[in-house]
Order: sequence, then C-alpha cells, then structure tokens
Amino acid sequence: MELTRLPLLKSALKSRYPQLAVFIVMLVGYIFAILAGLIGTPVGSHNFSIVFVWIAWWAILILVAVPFFGRGWCAVCPIPLPGEWLQRGAVLAPPDKKPKWLNLRVPKMFRNIWLQNLSFLLLALFSSVLLTTPTITGIVLAAMLFAAIGLSMVFERRSFCRYLCPVGGFIGLYSQTAPAELRIKDKQVCAKCEGKPCYNGSDTGYGCPWDVFPGGLTKNTYCGLCMECIRTCPYDNIAINLRPFSADLAKPSAKMDEAFKAFIMLGSAMIYAGVLLGPWGALKDAAYNVGTGAWFIYAATFLGIIFVVLPGFFALALSLSPGPSPNGRGGGVRVFSSLSTSLIPLGLMFWVAFSVSFVLTNASYILAALSDPLGLGWNLFGTANAAWRPILTSMLAPAQTLALVGGLAWSAHTAQRSGHEANVSSIPVIVYCFIATLIMLWLLL
Amino acid sequence: MNPRFSLVLLAMAGLVVAFAPLPVSFTAPQTRTFELDARQFAYSPSELHVSPGDTVTIRLVSTDVVHGIYIDGYDLSVTADPGQTATLTFVADKPGSFRFRCNVTCGAMHPFMIGKLTVGANDWLYRSIGFSILAILGLLSARPLITDY
Ligand code: SF4
Ligand code: SF4
Ligand code: SF4
Ligand SMILES: [Cu+2]
Repeated sequence: MELTRLPLLKSALKSRYPQLAVFIVMLVGYIFAILAGLIGTPVGSHNFSIVFVWIAWWAILILVAVPFFGRGWCAVCPIPLPGEWLQRGAVLAPPDKKPKWLNLRVPKMFRNIWLQNLSFLLLALFSSVLLTTPTITGIVLAAMLFAAIGLSMVFERRSFCRYLCPVGGFIGLYSQTAPAELRIKDKQVCAKCEGKPCYNGSDTGYGCPWDVFPGGLTKNTYCGLCMECIRTCPYDNIAINLRPFSADLAKPSAKMDEAFKAFIMLGSAMIYAGVLLGPWGALKDAAYNVGTGAWFIYAATFLGIIFVVLPGFFALALSLSPGPSPNGRGGGVRVFSSLSTSLIPLGLMFWVAFSVSFVLTNASYILAALSDPLGLGWNLFGTANAAWRPILTSMLAPAQTLALVGGLAWSAHTAQRSGHEANVSSIPVIVYCFIATLIMLWLLL
Repeated sequence: MNPRFSLVLLAMAGLVVAFAPLPVSFTAPQTRTFELDARQFAYSPSELHVSPGDTVTIRLVSTDVVHGIYIDGYDLSVTADPGQTATLTFVADKPGSFRFRCNVTCGAMHPFMIGKLTVGANDWLYRSIGFSILAILGLLSARPLITDY
C-alpha cells in the first residue's frame, strides 16, 4: 500500500518545514543531553543524558522505530545535521551547485560497514561504563556530533552516517525487517529520466545524501529516509510503501560486512543479557572496571564470541548440511553470507527481549529526570520525587517469551526461504537459531 | 498433512504446553532464612532457591553503601544502611523465577545489581522451550507451502 498517496503526508514530506521543526527539537534535545552529561549530576539514573538516551530513546528506537519504521529514526536524527548544514552552506535554501568544502569521495576500501562494525564494538566493549556514566555519555554524544561535522567538511554527502555511525549500522541491518520502505514506483520512468536529479541534485533539492540511487533500491539498509528524493524527483516517481514484514530478506543479498554485523548484534544481545541482567556479580565487575585484567578477559571473550564462536558454529553447521555442497569459487562464502540474513529477525527480537526488561524496570526514572534533568534538585513538573518502581513486571516474562519464540519462528521462516534461494538445506540454520534462542531464554527467564 | 489440520494440532499442542500442570515434588513448607550480603554491585548469594509455600526470611546486610532489595513479581522491598541488617519475611506463594534488584541508587552499575529468586522450578522457562520446539515443528510441517515460492 502506498502511503505517499495520502495528500497530507505527501505534502508534509515534500515541504522542508515540518522536518526542520522536528530536527530543531531533536537537536536542542541532543545538545541538552550533551550538556547534562557534562555538567549534571554524576548519578546516572538521575541525569537526563543517561535516562533520556539509554532508557527513553533506546526504548523507542529498538521497540518501535526500528521494527516498524526501519530507518525512521535516521529521518529525524540530529547528529548529522550541523555537518550537513555546513556542507551545504544552507539550512533550507535550495542548493547552489558549487561544493563549498573538499567534497571528496570516500575511498573505496571504506565504502562498506566494517568501520561501523568497529565503532559499534568499540562502544560495546565499554558499554557498562557508557550506559551508567553521564560524563562518558556526554563525551560520546559530542564526539559523534563533531565526527559528523568533520567528515562533512572532507567528504561528500553523509559519510558519517553511511560509513561510521555506530548506531546506523544496526539500524540499517534491522531496517530490512520493517513493514515500510521507500522505493521508486516505475522503473521505466527512471530509465528515461535525464540527469537523475534524485542522485545528482537539482534546484528543488539535494542529490541523495546517503549516496544511494533511489532507482536501484532493493533493501532499506542504506536509505536514510531523508526524503530528499521525494523533493527532487521531477516525475513524482518516489513512493513510501507499507509492505509485509522483512520483505527485504526474501531475496537475501548480504556481503561479508553485513553478515558480520548480524553476528555482532546477535552476540552483543546475548552477552548483555548475561552480563547486565544476569545474577553474576563478577561479570558485572569485569565489564565495568575498564583497563583491569578482568576487563581484558571480558573484552577478549566478547570479541571471541562475536568473531569466532558464533560465525564458527554457523559455518560448521552449514558445512554439515546435507545435500550437494555449493560449488564454484566463493560458493561457500556466498552461502554463508546469504544465509546469515536469517539471523536478522532473530537478532532484532533478542534485542527487543533484552531491552523490554531493562526499559520496564527503569522507565520510572523518566518522570523524575523530566522534572530534574541535571539532578540539581529542580522540580519543573512536580515529578522530581517520583519513586523508582518497576512497571508491569508480571508481563515481562511472557513478553520476552513471545519476542524470542516469535523471533525464532521468523528467523526459521527466513532461513527456509534463503536456503531455498541458495539451494541448500535450511535445517542447520534452524537448529543454530534454536540453540541461540534456548541460551537467550535461559539467560533472561 | 492438511495445513488447516496441522494448524489446529499446533494450537492444541500450544495450549497443552502453556497450561499443562508440571509434576511438582510435594515438600512440606519450611522456614528458610538467607543471609544476603549486598555490595556494589552484587548480592551474595545471588541465586536463591526455595519451595512454594516456604516462609522466606531475607536478612540483607549492606557491606559498603546503602543498598536495598526489590523482588519482581512479589513487589516487596526493604533497604539496609551501610553495615546494618534489614529483614524481609514473606511466604513464597508464587512459583516461578523472579529477579530481585537493588532499589536504592548505589552507584554507577546500580541498575544492573540483580539477583534471582526461584520458587519451585522455573516452569516458564520449560514452557518457553516447549513453545520454541512447537514453533519449529509448525514451520517444518508447513514447509511444502514454502517451497512453492
Ligand atoms: S546513521 Fe547515525 S548519525 Fe546518521 S542519521 Fe542514522 S543514527 Fe543518525
Ligand atoms: S529522479 Fe525520479 S524518475 Fe529520475 S531516476 Fe530519480 S527516481 Fe527515477
Ligand atoms: S534521497 Fe531518497 S533514497 Fe536517498 S536517503 Fe534520502 S530518502 Fe533515501
Ligand atoms: Cu545497590
């Protein structure tokens, strides 16, 4: 179903003002979170930066935005804006064609998501400190803002979003499961279209900031839903559609960087479930005391699970698979990466099950932090003393089971399809997903 | 197999997994007392096992700063000042596995200061594993439909 048929939505997207209004609110909130992190109370659960970033934003992102809107968050994300405005030399004005800064192309070797995999892991290894220490959260938020500005000055388009953002990598991966997409309506129209303004820009808007040619979109991963192509396409050939869940995974097309992203996210969810929500104090100590011997062991184990154990057993399972082995050079690699797309729904639902627990137990901090964002004893809305209280704890276990079992079925179904596509049995992948789900159930329940 | 028939079968099996009573070993209710040390950011012992119907007393001892305990599902809590002992007594009348967590902000990792109370067996875990197996079986039995893609 085409959503852009709705005239109100269409004109709201074509105009730059509604988006700008959201941008400004987001940017103000973001800068406030940086300041709160740096100057507010060091007590995480009473600091706006921790409570609004890691509880409120995270809950909305992983429970709503990604599963239902894919890259929807990127459509309103404030991080790349200052850089983009500087790069364009304009906030709203139609583009003038002269590049204002270096405008280099990102070198070919970096045009993949390996750097995003690394930047995510870098944060993941320090996550216990990052999640709980306002100054660190403030510094990381500021660093992302400045990295985006710096890259915008050197490279063309949104190179930070495409190649470096630690969040953007997994949003892109999981956006393939969302029931919404931006696509062209008619390939013939694009074929005849002179100049491809959606990619090259025109006087109605900028060429795709995400360096994507909309006419070639087959998956959501790299389209940031910035809506520029809706403004630039002279033939009104861009649509936002509702579609079945995980439509992009029907014909998997994953490269190794994306395959490893799936393992990284799956592994991180399992490790966090054990370390953060488990009853084992020694693990928490190791994860929190960055730089100690225990932390190095924790970090090495973390990386070992993600880069060796999970992909290793996956490859092993595939190699034990009955039936003819994929022949031809790179056949095994191709099967590995295309079947790894089956882990995408599983990983997303692991994150949902993990986050739902964290969010329900800590949601009550949001009220208090709203009234006293810096932890300085303010009481703006009279809710500063709202007591901490987990909500809906009786719903928690059933909700987690629903997410995990649903994710397992969803992944097994995806495996059946991609196995069929790649002409190999899906049973080993299904068994792999089943075992991963058992571990996650045991960790969370 | 007729797909509609297997769906009905699957739904029935799901209900059995969800609600069938699991075997319980009947033990007369006892009185159980636990000495629970709380420090930043862990309890020790961090996993408590009791039987349904037991009268449980938790003597919470804070060894560094103020800590507390809140038991999910039972919605009970108590806090203990540094070096002090606080006592919480209740009847473990709800079976299952419950997280307990610190309810006083006690430092950075406070939100993750968590332990686990299991009353009887962790039935829901076994039921969830049952659901997982059913989900896979259901999909595999529907596989003929999928190869038509
Ligand atoms: S990729 Fe990262 S910085 Fe870019 S819009 Fe998405 S979340 Fe924001
Ligand atoms: S501008 Fe429109 S018609 Fe032209 S290539 Fe882009 S999407 Fe197709
Ligand atoms: S210009 Fe179009 S294709 Fe490119 S990121 Fe924006 S919305 Fe997606
Ligand atoms: Cu505590």
